[in-house]
Amino acid sequence: MAEKFDVIVVGAGPSGNAAAYTLAKSGLKVLQLERGEYPGSKNVQGAILYADALERIIPDFRDEAPLERHIIEQRMWVLDDASFIGAHYRSDDFNKPPYNRYTIIRAQFDKWFSEKVQQAGALVICETTVTELLMDDKKVVGVQTDRMGGSIYADVVILADGVNSLLAKKAGFHAEIDPANVALAVKEIHFMPQETIEARFNLQGEAGVVIEMAGKITRGMMGTGFLYTNKESLTVGVGCMLSDFKTQKITPYQLLEDMKAHPSIAPLLEGGEMKEYTAHLIPEGGYKAIPKLYGEGWMIAGDAAMLVNAMHREGSNLAMTSGCFAAETIIELMNEQKPCSTKNLARYQQKLNDSFVMKDLKKYQNMPGIFHANSQFFTAYPEMLNQAAHRMLKVDGIDKKSKEKAILADFRQRRSLFGLMSDAFKLWRAFE
Amino acid sequence: MSLKIEEKLFQNRYRVDAGRPHIQIRDEEICAAQCQTRQCTVCCPAGCYTMEGNGRIVLITDGCLECGTCRIICNDHHNVTWEYPRGGYGVLFKFG
Repeated sequence: MAEKFDVIVVGAGPSGNAAAYTLAKSGLKVLQLERGEYPGSKNVQGAILYADALERIIPDFRDEAPLERHIIEQRMWVLDDASFIGAHYRSDDFNKPPYNRYTIIRAQFDKWFSEKVQQAGALVICETTVTELLMDDKKVVGVQTDRMGGSIYADVVILADGVNSLLAKKAGFHAEIDPANVALAVKEIHFMPQETIEARFNLQGEAGVVIEMAGKITRGMMGTGFLYTNKESLTVGVGCMLSDFKTQKITPYQLLEDMKAHPSIAPLLEGGEMKEYTAHLIPEGGYKAIPKLYGEGWMIAGDAAMLVNAMHREGSNLAMTSGCFAAETIIELMNEQKPCSTKNLARYQQKLNDSFVMKDLKKYQNMPGIFHANSQFFTAYPEMLNQAAHRMLKVDGIDKKSKEKAILADFRQRRSLFGLMSDAFKLWRAFE
Repeated sequence: MSLKIEEKLFQNRYRVDAGRPHIQIRDEEICAAQCQTRQCTVCCPAGCYTMEGNGRIVLITDGCLECGTCRIICNDHHNVTWEYPRGGYGVLFKFG
């Protein structure tokens, strides 16, 4: 006789862990399956942890979670080939506890989160890949794994299996991801002494800096680069939409290599020892690309549900929040002794709609389309801005009025006045 | 500056499921004869796909980072079968 659980959670990333933890704490019989050797061993992120989402689940996480540095300074750079123009925001308010966001190393963080899940009472089994969902007519009744031989049954299954979500595709819940709705990011981690990082980034103690980058580093592709400070390491990476990679002849690792060689970035990495190279897809299609999120006996959360706010580089917080909502929906229904039917699980969608998750995604729903259709944001504008700064700041005997005229003429020549105004209008509409 | 992807992958930890590749090319003829771009040879971040002189694509999944790129970009021919490795196998991230 196969064992039956109240809930099976597939995947031990942020959404799966948030769901399993919440469910187990309420006393439900929870099985969580993870294909990695340990939770975190298959998971990749930049990585920034936003405290708020986790704090709502584990209020005292700061006392024990493996955190790297709390972020006190955010730098935004627009890069040309040999320069950048940027905005930095640093505030001592961000250096006062409780801190708002942290850099983390996912393999360590996810392992810790999973320990909390197990302490809460869930059964977590690793090294087990779920191969398909077990269906009874149109209802999901359990999962088939590659290990235990037999089938495992549950009243409801939460798919938190990440961006590729093969299970949802095999079951026909949603179609294959379109290359225009997903970014490929490649990343390296470089180790160096703590003092070196603190000197290079003007830091003390456990404070940290993040740099987000756009411009020529992506060779005209829609994408961004990043550099984050950990305690004794830096992570550096670049990501672009797959639909753009598909039309280019540059490999992702060459793109990363070229970015690391940029004269503004190379000195920050100097002397570091590279210890891991990773790649990961980020579902950036936004609101319009979100698949159906629930059905008869199933719900889908986190990256698998395309819940990523690409504009604000937020994903893990949407993942945790959605995992939490999925769990709360089940807890409510079980308390009311109602089945996990499509009709009843609609509450999950409602919770997402009423929260920042869907509100933010809806707000930026037109953004991916605008950036796809207007590559000047990643090519011409970075050049124009950098050249304008160069012209104004270079002291060469030319008067400033003439310099301004030359800059304006350059802008008009590169992108007609109408083009400039319409770009500003498009962005304003999309941000509104 | 060009580089060998092997030097990057060398830093990673893998547990290879010998003889059981989790990704396969469905029909080699489609890559050789019908596909114009063979973009898998460019886009795969682990360089798992290489093209031989006769236009044949060779896939070696040992260095795979399990991202899913090859499956998604092959949307003209749908010529890639892509599964996760068996539990516990494949890339094992030390840091992620």
